[in-house]
Amino acid sequence: MATAIEFNNISKIYRLGMVGTGTLAHDLKRWWTMNVRGKEDPYLTIGETNDRSTKGESEYVWALRDIDFKVEQGDVVGIIGKNGAGKSTLLKILSKVTAPTTGTIRARGRIGSLLEVGTGFHPEMTGRENIYMNGAILGMTKAEITKKLDEIVDFSGCERYIDTPVKRYSSGMMVRLGFAVAAHLDPEILVVDEVLAVGDAEFQKKAIGKMQDVSRGEGRTVLFVSHNMASIRALCHTGILLNNGHIQTIGKINEVVETYIGGKKDSNNSIYEDIAIAPGNDKIRIREFSINPIHGNIIDVESGIHINLVFKNNTPNIILDTTFELRTADDVIVFHTGKVLSPDGDSRKGFYQVNFDIPAHTLNTGNYTLRIWFGQNQKYILWGTYEHYFHIENTYTNQGRNLNNLPGIMKPQFDISTSFLE
Amino acid sequence: MGNDNNQDWTTIIKPKERLLQVDLKELWRYRDLTSLFVRRNITTQYKQTILGPLWYIIQPAMTVIMYMVVFGGIAKIPTDGLPQPLFYLSGICLWQYFNDCLTKTSSTFTANAGIFGKVYFPRMVVPISTVISNLLRFGIQFGLFLVVYAIYQLFIIPGQIHTNWYALLLPLLVLMLAGLALGFGILFSSLTTKYRDMTLLLDFFIRLWMYATPVIYPLSTITNEKLRFVMSLNPLTGIVEAFKYGFLGEGQFSWGLLGYSFAFMVVLLAIGIVIFNRVQRTFMDTV
Repeated sequence: MATAIEFNNISKIYRLGMVGTGTLAHDLKRWWTMNVRGKEDPYLTIGETNDRSTKGESEYVWALRDIDFKVEQGDVVGIIGKNGAGKSTLLKILSKVTAPTTGTIRARGRIGSLLEVGTGFHPEMTGRENIYMNGAILGMTKAEITKKLDEIVDFSGCERYIDTPVKRYSSGMMVRLGFAVAAHLDPEILVVDEVLAVGDAEFQKKAIGKMQDVSRGEGRTVLFVSHNMASIRALCHTGILLNNGHIQTIGKINEVVETYIGGKKDSNNSIYEDIAIAPGNDKIRIREFSINPIHGNIIDVESGIHINLVFKNNTPNIILDTTFELRTADDVIVFHTGKVLSPDGDSRKGFYQVNFDIPAHTLNTGNYTLRIWFGQNQKYILWGTYEHYFHIENTYTNQGRNLNNLPGIMKPQFDISTSFLE
Repeated sequence: MGNDNNQDWTTIIKPKERLLQVDLKELWRYRDLTSLFVRRNITTQYKQTILGPLWYIIQPAMTVIMYMVVFGGIAKIPTDGLPQPLFYLSGICLWQYFNDCLTKTSSTFTANAGIFGKVYFPRMVVPISTVISNLLRFGIQFGLFLVVYAIYQLFIIPGQIHTNWYALLLPLLVLMLAGLALGFGILFSSLTTKYRDMTLLLDFFIRLWMYATPVIYPLSTITNEKLRFVMSLNPLTGIVEAFKYGFLGEGQFSWGLLGYSFAFMVVLLAIGIVIFNRVQRTFMDTV
C-alpha cells in the first residue's frame, strides 16, 4: 500500500515561561550566531526532554524529538500518551498551524484538520451563515457547502434553529453544528484532536459512527488523538504511543493501548509514613491505601478485591464522607458509591479507616482506576481526587480452553441451570 | 517503501519556506473564505444598534462639524478657498479608510490567534478581507461627499467647483490607500506578535500621521521648503492632494508624488509579505 504521510525527524522546541524582557536578549544572540557568524541556533543544543513534572535546567524543551514514521493510505492511526506528551503539537504541525523546528513532513492529498469544532463561529451570525463560515475556514468552497447543506443540518439536528444567531444556541448545539460541518469535509487525510469528547452520549455515538464510516467506507487516512481508549480502540488500527516527545511504541492499536495503560500502573499498596507530605491537603491526608486480593496472591476474577484506606481528617464536627468511583481503562464508570463516616456531624480530628470488599466474580479482567473524594456535609469537596490504578489478571487457565480476555466489564457467576429437553 | 517515488507528494511541510512566497493559487482557492469574511465583517459591525449603517454617515458628519469648529473656526486654517464641509469631508473620507484598514489589519495575528491556532488557511485572507470590507464604509462616506458636493455645486456656489478629469483616478487612489494600509498593517501585526510594545505606540503614531497628511489643511499652506519636502515623503500626501485636485479643482497634483506613493506601496507590500510569511509559520508559539 502507498504511504500517505511520511514524518522525517520532526522536532519542535518550545521556550518555557513568559515572553518578556529576556526574550529579546535571546533573539539577539540567536540572530548574531546564526546570521552573522553563520552557525547553528545556539538554543537548539540546550533543549531538554519534555517531562512535565520534573523541574528542568533549561528554558527550552523539546515538545517533539525526532519523530519518524509513515502512515499507510487508508490507515486509521490513534495517537495516545499522557498530557504533554506531544500529541497535539504533532497534529498542529501536520495541520500547518505551526512549523516544525527541524524535519519535514510529506503527504499525499489534501489534509483537513479538526483540532476544534466550530472554529470561527461568530455569535451574531445564524447557524446557516456559520456553517458557511466554518466550512470555508476548513477549506471547503461555497459550492461544496451548498451541496451538503441539507446533510449537515440534518446531521446536526438543529433544523429549528438554523436561522437563529448561534449566540442563542446551547453549548451542546454549537458543538453539534460544528462537528456536523467538520464531518462533511472531504480531505484525503483527516486530522482529529479529541473533539469527540464533547456533546452528549447520543451525539458522541453518532460522531464515532461517522468517523468509522469515514475511515472504513471511504478509505481515508485518519490521524486521531484522544484520551478515550474506548473510542481509540473502536476507530483505529494502528497506535502510536508518545512519551515526552518521543515515540515509545508503534504497532497494533490494542497492544499500544495495553502498553500505555500498563505504564500507568502503580503499586497496589501505598503507605505514606510521613503524614506531612502524604497526598492530600490541609484538610485530608492519606496515610495508607491498598488494593489486595481477598484470597490468594494475585488479583483476578476469582480472588475478590479488598480495598483499605486510612486517612487523617483535620476538620472536626462535620458530616464527613468518602466517595469511591471505579472506572475501566476506557473511562467507563463501573460504580460510584460513597460512605458517610459521621452522619450526625460529629467527625473527629484524627485517623479514620475505611475498607470494603468487591466480591469475587464481579469484575472482568482488565485495567481499572479507583478514584476517591472526601466530602463535607455531602456538599463540598474537602479533597479530591486520589487515583489508584490496578489490574485484574486473566487466570482462566484451568477453566476451559479460551485463554483470551472475554468481553464485558462484569464477570458474574450466575447459577445457570441446564437440562436436555428432548 | 522503496516503490515510493518522490514526485507525487502534494504537501510538504518544512521548517522554513522561500522568502517571497505568496501562494496566489492558494489564496484564490480560498476566495470563498475571503468573501465570507468580508460579509461577516460588514454584517456584524452594527448588529444590535438602532441606527445600524447610518453610523457610517453620522461619524464623518460629526467629525466634519468638529473640524469646522476647531480647525476652521478657532484655528482659522485656510481651506484653499473651498467650502469647509467639502474640504474636510474629502480628507476625512480618504483618511478614514486608510485609518480603518491600518488599525484593523495591524492586529491580524493577535485578534485572530484563536482561529489561527486551530486551523490552517492562508493568513493573508484575513487582512485582505478587512481591506475589502472597509470599502463599503468608504463607498458610503464617498456617497455622502458626493451629495454635499452636489449641493454646493448646484445650489450654494453654482459652477464654481472646478472638477476635472483627474477625478477618474479615484479607483487608483483607493487601491493605493488600500495597498499602503495593508502593507503597514501586516508589517505591524508581524512585528508585534512577540513584542507588544509597539501596539502601545500605534494609536499615537496614527494620530500623528494624520497631522502629517493634508487632511485638515491644504498642502499649499506649507511654504517652508524643508517642511514641504518632509511632507512629500509621506506616501499619503500625493494621494490626498490628487483627490482634492480632481474633485474640487484645488490642490497640488503631481505625477511625481503619485509615482512615489505607488513605488512606496509596492516595496512596502513586498517587505510586509516577506515578514508576514515568516511570522505566520511560528507565531502561535509566541503570541
